[in-house]
Amino acid sequence: MNASKRAIPWGALGPWIALAITCLFFTVQTERFLSGTNLSLVLQQVMVVGVLAIGQSLIILTAGIDLSCGMVMALGGVVMTKFAVDLGLNPYLALACGLGVAVAFGLLNGLLVTRMKLPPFIVTLGTLNIAFAITQIYSEAQTITDLPEAMTVLGNTFNLGSTEVSYGTVAMLALYALAWFVLRETAPGRHLYAVGNNPEAARLTGINVDKVLVIVYALAGLFYGIAAMLSVARTGVGDPNAGQTDNLDAITAVVLGGTSLFGGRGIILGSLVGAVIVGVFRNGLTLMGVASVYQTLITGILVILAVAADQMSRKGVR
Amino acid sequence: MNTPHTPAIEPLVMQAKGIVKRYGQVTALDGTDFELRAGEILAVIGDNGAGKSSLIKTLSGASVPDEGEILLDGQAVHFKSPIDARRAGIETVYQDLAVAPAMSIAENLFLGRELCKPGWLAQRLRLLDKKLMLQQAIARMNDLKVGIRSMTQAVETLSGGQRQCVAVARAAAFAQHVVIMDEPTAALGVKEGNMVLELIRRVRDKGLPVILISHNMPHVFEVADRIHIQRLGRRAAVVNPKVISMSDTVAVMTGAKTVDELPAEALA
Repeated sequence: MNASKRAIPWGALGPWIALAITCLFFTVQTERFLSGTNLSLVLQQVMVVGVLAIGQSLIILTAGIDLSCGMVMALGGVVMTKFAVDLGLNPYLALACGLGVAVAFGLLNGLLVTRMKLPPFIVTLGTLNIAFAITQIYSEAQTITDLPEAMTVLGNTFNLGSTEVSYGTVAMLALYALAWFVLRETAPGRHLYAVGNNPEAARLTGINVDKVLVIVYALAGLFYGIAAMLSVARTGVGDPNAGQTDNLDAITAVVLGGTSLFGGRGIILGSLVGAVIVGVFRNGLTLMGVASVYQTLITGILVILAVAADQMSRKGVR
Repeated sequence: MNTPHTPAIEPLVMQAKGIVKRYGQVTALDGTDFELRAGEILAVIGDNGAGKSSLIKTLSGASVPDEGEILLDGQAVHFKSPIDARRAGIETVYQDLAVAPAMSIAENLFLGRELCKPGWLAQRLRLLDKKLMLQQAIARMNDLKVGIRSMTQAVETLSGGQRQCVAVARAAAFAQHVVIMDEPTAALGVKEGNMVLELIRRVRDKGLPVILISHNMPHVFEVADRIHIQRLGRRAAVVNPKVISMSDTVAVMTGAKTVDELPAEALA
């Protein structure tokens, strides 16, 4: 039926080819793209979207979607910085509070999806707005500055050749390795795929589908919280307007990485490649002098093209 | 109501007595009895609304009866969910191919019952023992003579019949007492259907009794050892397919004939 699909794993190779073409394009178009300092910048930009994309991948693998990811991250970032600066909380405790808020939002999404049987799209559209509003109200739309040293450590860098690599980027890579291992080598990881693939079959084999979903949404919240830590560390401020482009970028990264929006198919490392593609795009377009709003325009087109490609490849299967 | 005319040679594996199930105003099961003997394929047939599905649902734990009792190896059991029934050693195969298509055959066989590597940490982390699962998958499929080359290929690469064979093999591998098959050949073509029927026979020959629900009379007559005819929420008769004709069976099922009009040797 589709033996050729197995012979050539386009699903796994596609993102790499796309990345290679994108890099080639910007290398030709701009002089500075391949320079060490520029690659450092790409890596640092990728780390936030990359970690968001881990959480997003887990949810999309269960055939869900999370529109709230960027806003939950912004809220987490504002909570952790404001708790540390305004309340004078121990910075580590403040970070934990920010993570806690992000996990709580993930948990809320998960409970609404499983208990109320609401579609993830609508649930997270709601929590997107709730998180955005709370962020703006709580921060009074003001950026939080004068952060304690401990909150920016992950933004520090070390040199790898002529490229500066931040500790946050290393953390991101470690999280990808962990997620990849758990999804591939453990029973709960396989259950996540089964739930996305055929929830009814999963339920009949004794998998607690609702429990898997709630854990996945809460875990995704944790990843958004970690992304908030990285964002705060990179920019050195608590920014209530963070995450506005990261939201779509994270979803784009997952889809470009070859994970199907229909659930149950995809490799988490693809999302990393997808995040790098998105980062390279934004960076390259900036180098070419394309304004930010046009970058968003292009990202929007990119995500639709990627979803269309996914849709068409599925039609071939069924 | 209707006791078997031939003495029960084989012991009863599963038995239901006076099962009543109501859905609001509708009485789906009106005191039905049911008996499954060791080592047999018992077909359950009945017209739409005869209570066939309701009976199977109570036996597989998918619904809880309002009255009556279910015995498994002579012990009363009270299933609250299909998971309870599974724990008691009853596996169910569904018509709509309950498999995860993108996952491999080996993964599907062990879905929800993965084998983990030994050791305290591996057990806590539930690290998969993929090698062992693959070995066992190959052994189980060879055992049932299912001719599928690679256990690591995705289920979606298989034909409908092969997918159903995977589902049957999974049930047979894990069932301790009974395998229930709910219209396992309904979605399949002729050749594929025969492949699954052949597999059902092999499951019985391995010593597992099979309850086969089917609309397909030729299939029922081909593999069943006895046929339970459900009518109007009760067991109308249990007949012997080697003696009774297909048309008489259908006549009892639709009410055109009563049990009293059948020859005594047709009953089982």
